[in-house]
Amino acid sequence: MMTNAAIALNRFGLGARPSASAPASPTNWLKSQIEKYDPALSASASQPSRASIAASFRDYQLDPKDPQVAGKDAAATMPVDSMTQIDPAKIEKVVNTLRLQYVAAVDSRIDAAITSDTDFAERLVHFWSNHFAVSIDKLPVLALAGDYEFTAIRPNIMRTFSDLLFAAVTHPAMLLYLDQAQSIGPNSPLAAQVAARRNRKLGLNENLAREILELHTLGARTVYDQNDVTEFARALTGFTVGGMAKGPVQRFLAQNGKDGDSQFFAAIHEPGDRNVIGRRYRQQGEAQARAILADIATHPATAKHIATKLAQHFAADVPQSSLVARLEKSFLESGGDLPKLYRTLIDSPEMWLPKQVKFKSPWDWVISSLRALNVRELPNNRQSANMLAQMGQPIWKPGSPAGFSDMTENWAGGAALMRRVEIASRIAERSANRVDARTLAPRILSTQLSAMTAESIARAESPSQGLALLLLSPEFLRR
Amino acid sequence: MLNRRYFVTSGVLGLGVAAFPGVGWAAPGTDKKFVFIIQRGAADGLATLAPTGDPDFLRARGDLAADAAAGLQLDTMFTLHPAMGESAKLFALKQASFSHALASGYRERSHFDAQNILESGGERPYGRDDGWLGRLLTLLPREGAKGLAVAPAVPLALRGPIAANSYAPSRMQDANSDLMARLTNLYAEDAQLSALWSGAQAAEAMAGPPADQALRGGKALGQMTAGLMNGPNGARVVMLEANGWDTHFQQKGRLNAALGQLDALVGSLRDTLASEWSNTLVMVATEFGRTVAFNGTGGTDHGTASAAMLFGGSLTNGGKIVADWPGLKASQLYEGRDLKPTTRFEQFASDALARHFSLDPVRTKGVLFPDFA
Repeated sequence: MMTNAAIALNRFGLGARPSASAPASPTNWLKSQIEKYDPALSASASQPSRASIAASFRDYQLDPKDPQVAGKDAAATMPVDSMTQIDPAKIEKVVNTLRLQYVAAVDSRIDAAITSDTDFAERLVHFWSNHFAVSIDKLPVLALAGDYEFTAIRPNIMRTFSDLLFAAVTHPAMLLYLDQAQSIGPNSPLAAQVAARRNRKLGLNENLAREILELHTLGARTVYDQNDVTEFARALTGFTVGGMAKGPVQRFLAQNGKDGDSQFFAAIHEPGDRNVIGRRYRQQGEAQARAILADIATHPATAKHIATKLAQHFAADVPQSSLVARLEKSFLESGGDLPKLYRTLIDSPEMWLPKQVKFKSPWDWVISSLRALNVRELPNNRQSANMLAQMGQPIWKPGSPAGFSDMTENWAGGAALMRRVEIASRIAERSANRVDARTLAPRILSTQLSAMTAESIARAESPSQGLALLLLSPEFLRR
Repeated sequence: MLNRRYFVTSGVLGLGVAAFPGVGWAAPGTDKKFVFIIQRGAADGLATLAPTGDPDFLRARGDLAADAAAGLQLDTMFTLHPAMGESAKLFALKQASFSHALASGYRERSHFDAQNILESGGERPYGRDDGWLGRLLTLLPREGAKGLAVAPAVPLALRGPIAANSYAPSRMQDANSDLMARLTNLYAEDAQLSALWSGAQAAEAMAGPPADQALRGGKALGQMTAGLMNGPNGARVVMLEANGWDTHFQQKGRLNAALGQLDALVGSLRDTLASEWSNTLVMVATEFGRTVAFNGTGGTDHGTASAAMLFGGSLTNGGKIVADWPGLKASQLYEGRDLKPTTRFEQFASDALARHFSLDPVRTKGVLFPDFA
C-alpha cells in the first residue's frame, strides 16, 4: 500500500525526496538500510583531528581560568598579576577557532541528513547521539561534538548497545562534558602523591557515573542507589583526556603524545574491588569499568529503558505497551544487538498505523523540508543551523545530558509554530521558481495528503505560498 | 559580632498557615499576575545583595567587597549592587523584598541538574516532567490560568496539565498576513494546531510592532512582556529567562552588565504595566549561588546558597530583607567554600505565591512542591 511507503519514508526516515521513487516493499527497504548504511561521512574527511582540537583548546586551557589550574602550583611560578589578567582577545581567538570547528561539523551533519539514501539509519544516528547527549555549552565540547558523533556514535549504531555505550561514554567529549576527565580516585597513587607533597585532597566526580546509570542505561529510579553511583564512579576513575582535562591530571598528561584522545591513566584509578548493583568486581584498572559497563548494558532495566525511548522516538509520546514489550524482549534475548532491535521495530504493527501522532522536532522538520524541496545550501548549512537555534533545537546543544526531549509538548509551542511559518516562507521563496507544490505534495506525502491541504495548496496565491502551505500542513508537521 | 545571627522575619517565611489569618481561600483574585525570571547559570547572590555588614565578607572578597560597599546600602547588613538603581528605588517604596542564603534542596553544583530542580520543583534532577509554574495554573480560576513563556517552546517550569503559550521575538521577516489567514483555515479542523496557532497569533499581535521586538536589553524585554500581559486576554503567569550569570571569569564587568539588564527589565515592567503593577508579583531566582572566595581569574565558581528577589506594586512585607544569616567564617560555610543555605527556595516561592493569589498556603505548597511539602 502507498500508505506504508509514506510511513517508511516519513515516520522511519527523514522525509521523502522528490527524486527518489517510493519503495515497493517498505519493510525490505528499511531493513536493507541496516546493511547499506555507511558510517563514514564524505564531508567528515575534512574534520580536524582531535590533536589539533586539543591544541586549540590548550591555548585556552592553560590560561588559569580554572581555580585548580590556577592553584598553588601555578602561583609558585607565576606572579599573581599575570594570573588575573588574561588577554580577552586571545580567549576570543581560541573560542572562534573552536566555533569554526563546530560549524564545519554541523555542516557535515546537515549535508548527510539532506542527501542520505539510508535516512532511517541517519535517524538512528540522531537518536543515539541525543540519547548519549553532550552539549556545546561546555567549551571543550564545542570543538569535539562533531568528532563525538562521527567517531563514537556513527560507527557503532549497527553493533551492540554495549559497544555503543562504551564508545560514547569514553569519548573525550563525554569525559569532558560530564567531568570524568578530572575525577581522581582519592586513594590512587597520584592523589597520595599530591596529598603528601601539597597537602591537597583530590577526589571523585560522580557526574558521568550517575548519568550513565540514570540516563544512558538503567534509567532513573530503577535498580541502583547512591552507593552504586559512588562505587561506579570509583571504578571509572582513570578515564581521562590527554591535554584537555583540568586540574592536576592535566599537568601529568599534557605532553604524553595523546592530545585530545581518551586514555586510561592508571595512576588516578581508585584501587580495590568494587560492588555495583549487587555484583563484586575484582578486576583492577580499566578492565573493572569495562566489566561493569558490559553488565549494565544488558541489564533488564536497560532493555526496558532503551525500548521505551526508542518507541517514544519513533511511535508515540506514550508508546503502546505491546511495542515496548516486544522491543524489550528483542533487546534482552539478543544481548542488546542493535540491528535486531531495529528489525523488530520495523516489523512491529504499531509502527504502521496510518494516524500520525508524532509532532516533528525542529530538526526533523527542517531536514524533511530541505529534502522535500531538494535544497542544499551553498556554501554551507549555517543558515539551517541558525534556523534550528531559533526554533529551540540548536545542534548538539540540548543544554543538559538528558538531550532534547522527544515529547510533543517540547516542540509544539505557539512561538515555535510561528517560527516554522517564518522559516517555511523563507525556504519556499528560494525554491518557488523550480518546484510546483501541487505536483510535489502527493509525491512527498503520498496518501497522507489530505483533501484540505491539497485544496489549500491548489488555491495558493503564488507558487511560493503553495510550498509554504505544504511544509506547514498538519500532515507535514507530523509523521 | 561575627557570630551574630542576622534574622529579620517578616512572617512570609516558615510560619505556614498562622501567617495568613482570616484570608478566604475560595476565591483567588483573577486579576493577579505573576512573572518568574530565572537567572540561568548561577547568579552570585553575594555580589547582588552583598552582606557588607559581615566583616568576614570583606575579608573573603577583598577589593571586590570594596566595590560592593560602593553600592546602594539597604540596611546595616546588606548593600545592593550599584547596577541595580531601579530595584533600590522599589525597595525604598516597599515594592521590593529580598531573601538571602536561600537554595533549593539540591546540593551538588551542576547547572543542568539544579535548573531542572528549580524548574520542576522536584527534589531530584529529572524526577518530574512538569513544573511548579505549570502546577500554579491549576490553582487559578480558569480565566486567569493563562501561562506564557517568552521562549520558542514552553520551558519545564511552565509545563503541566494546562497548556501554556510561548512567544519569542524573531529577527526573521514576518510571514505575510495572507499566508497567516490561510493557515487559520488549514488548521481549523486540527484541534492541537488550531489552538497553538490562535495562541501564537494572539501573542504576536499583543507583542506589538516588530520595532519593539528587537529585545535590545532588559528595557525592551520588559516593555514587550508587559504588552503580552495587558488587557483581559493578557498572560497572567509569565516566565522569562535571563542568561549570563556563570561568572567564572572576570565577574565584575559581566555581573555589572547582567544585573544592569535585570534591573532595567524590572523597571520597565513597572513602568509599562503602569496601573497593573499593583496586581503584579515578580520573582527572580537562580539555580544556586557561587563560591564565597574569588578564584584566580577574577571570577567565582559554582556554589550553593544565593539570593532571590520579589518585586510588585502591592508587595506584602516590601522593603525587607529576609535572611537567617549563616555567617561567612570558614567554619560556617557549606563544604568549606559556599554560603550555607538556611532557607528553602520552595518555601519562599510557595509562600509568596499563596499570598499574592490569596491561596491556601498549605495546599499551594502541596501542589507546587509536592515532594518538599
